[in-house]
Amino acid sequence: MTETLNRYRVSTRRSAELVLLVGAWLIGVFAWILVDSATGESSFGGWTSLLSAGLLLLIAHGVVRWQAPYADPLLLPSVAALNMLGLAMIHRLDIAATQRAISNGSPMPTPDVYLQLTWMLLGLVAFILILIFVTDHRRLQRFTFTAGFAGIVLLFIPLLPFIGSEINGARLWINILGFSFQPGELAKVALTIFFAGFLVSRRHSLALIHNKILGVGVPRAKDLGPLILVWLAALLVLILERDLGTSLLLFGLFIVMLYVATGRRSWVLIGATLLTVGGGLAYLAFGHVRVRFDVWLDPFADANGSGFQIVQSLYGFANGGIFGTGWGQGYPQLVPFAKTDFITSALGEELGLMGLIAILLLFAIVVERGARAAVATRDPFGNLLAIGLTAVIGLQTFIVIGGVTRLVPLTGLTTPFLSYGGSSLVANYIIIAMLIRISNAARAPEVSDADLVMRQDDRDD
Amino acid sequence: MSELLLSVLRIGFLIALWWFVLTVVSVLRRDLQAPRDAKPLTPARTVQRPSPRATLRARKTSTQLVIVEGALRGTVVPLGSSPIVIGRASDATIVLDDDFVSTHHARLTPNGNHWIVEDLGSTNGTYIDKTRVSTPTVFKPGTQLRIGKTSMELSS
Repeated sequence: MTETLNRYRVSTRRSAELVLLVGAWLIGVFAWILVDSATGESSFGGWTSLLSAGLLLLIAHGVVRWQAPYADPLLLPSVAALNMLGLAMIHRLDIAATQRAISNGSPMPTPDVYLQLTWMLLGLVAFILILIFVTDHRRLQRFTFTAGFAGIVLLFIPLLPFIGSEINGARLWINILGFSFQPGELAKVALTIFFAGFLVSRRHSLALIHNKILGVGVPRAKDLGPLILVWLAALLVLILERDLGTSLLLFGLFIVMLYVATGRRSWVLIGATLLTVGGGLAYLAFGHVRVRFDVWLDPFADANGSGFQIVQSLYGFANGGIFGTGWGQGYPQLVPFAKTDFITSALGEELGLMGLIAILLLFAIVVERGARAAVATRDPFGNLLAIGLTAVIGLQTFIVIGGVTRLVPLTGLTTPFLSYGGSSLVANYIIIAMLIRISNAARAPEVSDADLVMRQDDRDD
Repeated sequence: MSELLLSVLRIGFLIALWWFVLTVVSVLRRDLQAPRDAKPLTPARTVQRPSPRATLRARKTSTQLVIVEGALRGTVVPLGSSPIVIGRASDATIVLDDDFVSTHHARLTPNGNHWIVEDLGSTNGTYIDKTRVSTPTVFKPGTQLRIGKTSMELSS
């Protein structure tokens, strides 16, 4: 009897997760040591930072073991490796900023890496809380409309006077107790829950029922109306805040989820058409969109002005070549915003094409595992939620890395897990916690061993 | 530090990074193969009695009936494992208030993974797409079943 039961026992691969997590941490430590030895700096007290980061990851692993024992073993180590690489690069850019301050005689900048470490702590606390309190992702479906409302409110907050603040021409931040936070990052999680919950209840009507208008099947207003309203409100707020990246992200998310919910390819075509038309209108209407577009087509036309950032980034990639200059030996600090939007170009310069491909593979693995959790989940809400959350990470990575490498126009988003930026890190750890929760439901054995014993006893009678 | 040591460490870091990525990929591969490896472990016993997994999966292929045209448009009727009757009578599973529908108009019966449509001698007929159902016919997903002013489709 016990022998039969063992055949049903599923390998949880928690030990593989632990080993990979330690590997990810060691990669970060290795990078940190190389940065310090190449720049000759070691006064930053890096070891306490590294040890606390490692401890946090271990605690997160322990909570996964306790709360989601069947979860996907690769999600956490992959994002941990990205986070550790990001920390090492922020540390490296901190050193460059300090050295420049010394040579210019200007006041010492405060290193950003400790703040990023604090955000990593907050992100992992959010990760742990989600795993503990959201024991079943299906319960989130109850908050469909609450989440939709919360998403819009979060997007709207930075426009309010006093607490909203404008940085670099975009009004995306709020200041609370000296911390600046970008609520739009959390909004994308809330809106994904809304889209998933809403589409799950209407997907049959959306896929099958159409009113013919000019020979084209258009879904009924009742089925699609609320969705369009929320989505338009989101886009409107983002246009007011001049946040191109997030509006592109939400648009892509919306199309992906409609396509997955209904299985109709026409949505992809409609999406592509709307994007072209919308992009064209934005080009004509907004000066800042036109600048981005022109810089994308020909950055060297104004290499010292509007094209400066992207040109420096391209020179960085060229300087890195295939194997990179090595940690601490390139000049990634020459690119403006190297710690946030352009961290890919800093990593591309110092780790080269080989390092960048490895990083992109880590993102690809996160997306693959998310999509697999989506496919394997048994409930339709879980399917849609997982694919939506995965799409958020995948699209965001594509939009920002595509922008930095001049594949698509630059729109400005943080690179998930790598960039300096607390709100993004916290939001992305929340996304990973939810994917881990869904993958746990997907991979858990359908029948527990106790159930099996009872069933077989019934049959043997 | 010497140039040589620095370039050795530079390449060494890339090797470490790639070693990590490839280890992740190898775990991923093992994970994908796991169900296939597990198969030989479940011997003839499971052939005699369907495993609990298999019964669950069979239950999952059961579909839903979506009404796409007519007064009940937008209604989704979950289909279980028992036959359903469509008609004007109040004891029908789906009651259609329509003068062109007979009291007991048609019956849908599950058979394996299919649903079979039977006309119960209706006056105005039961149609799958444009063909009138005269003998029990398989109702495939993607085709439309029309009864009076009402059309419906199967959906997973």
